[in-house]
Amino acid sequence: MSKQMTGAEMVIEALKDQGVDTIFGYPGGAVLPIYDALFQQNFVKHVLVRHEQGAAHAAEGYARSTGKVGVLLVTSGPGATNAVTGLTDALLDSIPLVCITGQVPTHLIGSDAFQECDTVGITRHCTKHNYLVRSIEDLPRILHEAFYVARSGRPGPVVIDLPKDVQFSSGVYSFQENIQHRTYQPRLKGEASLVRQAVEMMAAAKKPVFYTGGGVINSGPAASELLRELVALTNFPITSTLMGLGAYPASSPNWLGMLGMHGTFEANHTMHDCDLMIAVGSRFDDRITGRLDAFAPYCKKIHIDIDPSSINKNVKVDLGIVGDCGHVLEDMIALWRSGEKKSDEIALGEWWDQIDEWRARKSLAYQNSKDVIKPQYAVQRLYELTKDRNTYITTEVGQHQMWAAQFYHFEEPNRWMTSGGLGTMGYGLPAAIGVQMAHPDALVIDIAGEASILMNMQEMTTAKQYRLPVKIFILNNEYMGMVRQWQELLHGARYSSSYSEALPDFVKLAEAYGGKGIRCSDPEMLDAAIMEMIDYPGPVIFDCVVAKEENCFPMIPSGKAHNEMILLDLSDDAGLEIGSIIDEKGKMLV
Amino acid sequence: MNAIAALSPYSSSMGKSNAERHTLSVLVDNEPGVLARVVGLFSGRGYNIESLTVAEIAHVERWSRITIVTTGSPEAIEQISHQLERIVPIHKVTDLTVRGRAIERELAMIKVRGKGENRLEALRLAEAFKAKVIDATLESFIFELTGAPDKIDDFVELMRPLGLAELARTGVAAIARGAEAV
Ligand SMILES: Cc1ncc(C[n+]2csc(CCOP(=O)(O)OP(=O)(O)O)c2C)c(N)n1
Ligand SMILES: [Mg+2]
Repeated sequence: MSKQMTGAEMVIEALKDQGVDTIFGYPGGAVLPIYDALFQQNFVKHVLVRHEQGAAHAAEGYARSTGKVGVLLVTSGPGATNAVTGLTDALLDSIPLVCITGQVPTHLIGSDAFQECDTVGITRHCTKHNYLVRSIEDLPRILHEAFYVARSGRPGPVVIDLPKDVQFSSGVYSFQENIQHRTYQPRLKGEASLVRQAVEMMAAAKKPVFYTGGGVINSGPAASELLRELVALTNFPITSTLMGLGAYPASSPNWLGMLGMHGTFEANHTMHDCDLMIAVGSRFDDRITGRLDAFAPYCKKIHIDIDPSSINKNVKVDLGIVGDCGHVLEDMIALWRSGEKKSDEIALGEWWDQIDEWRARKSLAYQNSKDVIKPQYAVQRLYELTKDRNTYITTEVGQHQMWAAQFYHFEEPNRWMTSGGLGTMGYGLPAAIGVQMAHPDALVIDIAGEASILMNMQEMTTAKQYRLPVKIFILNNEYMGMVRQWQELLHGARYSSSYSEALPDFVKLAEAYGGKGIRCSDPEMLDAAIMEMIDYPGPVIFDCVVAKEENCFPMIPSGKAHNEMILLDLSDDAGLEIGSIIDEKGKMLV
Repeated sequence: MNAIAALSPYSSSMGKSNAERHTLSVLVDNEPGVLARVVGLFSGRGYNIESLTVAEIAHVERWSRITIVTTGSPEAIEQISHQLERIVPIHKVTDLTVRGRAIERELAMIKVRGKGENRLEALRLAEAFKAKVIDATLESFIFELTGAPDKIDDFVELMRPLGLAELARTGVAAIARGAEAV
């Protein structure tokens, strides 16, 4: 099918052909023709955000909760530069986005024209790929290629920079499904001989562990199902990164909780002492490994990843399998079954006994209080009161994010949206808006900090305009708590600029935005207040006043190994001087 | 099983201790910005570039070949190849050093200024190296020399005391020996 139309119309046509019914954006001079084309159609719904960073995070939330490509539309110059943080966020967390930026007309490019910036230059480092469209003939191909690149292989953000004259000019639009890209054809199937080797190693293992990541979620719901099946077949323990939460159900007895810097004692010790690690769609990030030269020293490592550059990047592995986790897991299951493989049950029994001892340390335990709401308690209550509903959780960045990961438990993939790789404060509210657009009837909650939420607070207006009943649950400790914690640990408790001074009255702020404000500081009132939030049919800001100087434990201090975690009881009792836990070398790390 | 985990390219400070020199041959779609992507990758991730050359090699298909000489530990070099492969318009990355038996050539133009015995000596050495005289005045020569980079290094060092005035080098172009195309 090919038709004559303008460049702006092609953009809409391509969105339709790609099945995109919702986009997030903000208008400006260089995208006016596209906004005009949007105005004259009814298929694609445009959500007007209040800052382009919000558009990017909203598109991420939309993508992460649906498995589809998220789309944003912004103008040239400041519109594009404002989107850069969101694009970088999507790059680090492998979220598929297509970002269309307006550009000054081609004959003005390079002249420092009004609202001109070198968008492809600026975004080259924070996108998977980007395009400057120089002529209308290239536009249909580029539009569809962008979607292909964004969603294929390891997903990521793609920018299409579209000069205004190309939007106005007229050309022939065409669309073929299943494009065969000239150069980019990621490998999906793992090499059979390597998969066979992996299965042999698993059958021989005495102390195995699955270490899974966001790649399992990116691979689609089938991969999560297959992961469950393989864990059930083998009875191996399983832990996951922050990005991978939900791929495996937290209620299963094989689940060890999250691993890494604020992971559980049992997850980190299992990683440290294992004799076989099976990494699936995870990338050995520094928050996961801790001190590299002491990372999991006694094991063979299998790494399954769709991105060959992830394998042997931070940690050298014994067996790397390039492929989509879904495909590889499927092949592993088939081989395990057909080869009538069995786990070493006796060894595994001893391994589980050891793991149960680590579990008995109850590393997430905390000292609760009758007088003040402990942040952990707040997340626990939120979980208990929302777990049986159709709930999606987003977060900002800081202690509250880690407490959410520790105390909110996920049974399914695509329910948990957080900024892992970039750690972007201000992610949670716009992401929640994106999620709510995709799931209008769901309960969408942004677990926030009082500092982070102010970074994209303006998006409350968007929530109001589109009647999106998102709930912002602020763990208000009046501190940039994570910064304060590090200052306590590393810098002699000199709280330089980490106190949240001059905070707004969040209840009044909610009302000013046309939402509902709720404040709670009494543990006894908490459940009722949470129920009030859930029952309110519009956007809510919940100001949950919590203990101010609570630290997030357990913790692997910077520069330490998995088996050198500090627990709450260690830091409180044992007379351990908290400011002396991290040595000089550790202080250099982030 | 090893009690000390094997180190990665990043943990061994890009393998400065056991650095090797490798020549990578990179076939790319000659679209705008592709060179910036490659160079940006090297600067952004802290890899070394010793030499980089690029030219279109197939006009109709619009393919270019980029030849990069880089140094790093074997792990770092492997990582560089994989990172290059992630760049969307890159067709293929071949590590000619790993493949073995590659031929490397570079062209240099060397301006030497001098009189009397120095001038004669420069000319004699140029003959020995099979360098061509491509420009001459009463007090200068410009030599053109093609060869492996070491050979050019050697010649340049010899010219230095004889009045080396200016030097232009193309960087390395490389190709694998034998009938097979990479
Ligand atoms: C955009 C951005 N700027 C700075 C930081 C560094 N940072 C990490 S956590 C944090 C404090 C967050 O405070 P708050 O939102 O109140 O969360 P809390 O840790 O108190 O739960 C800061 C400043 C960041 N992650 N993102
Ligand atoms: Mg705070």
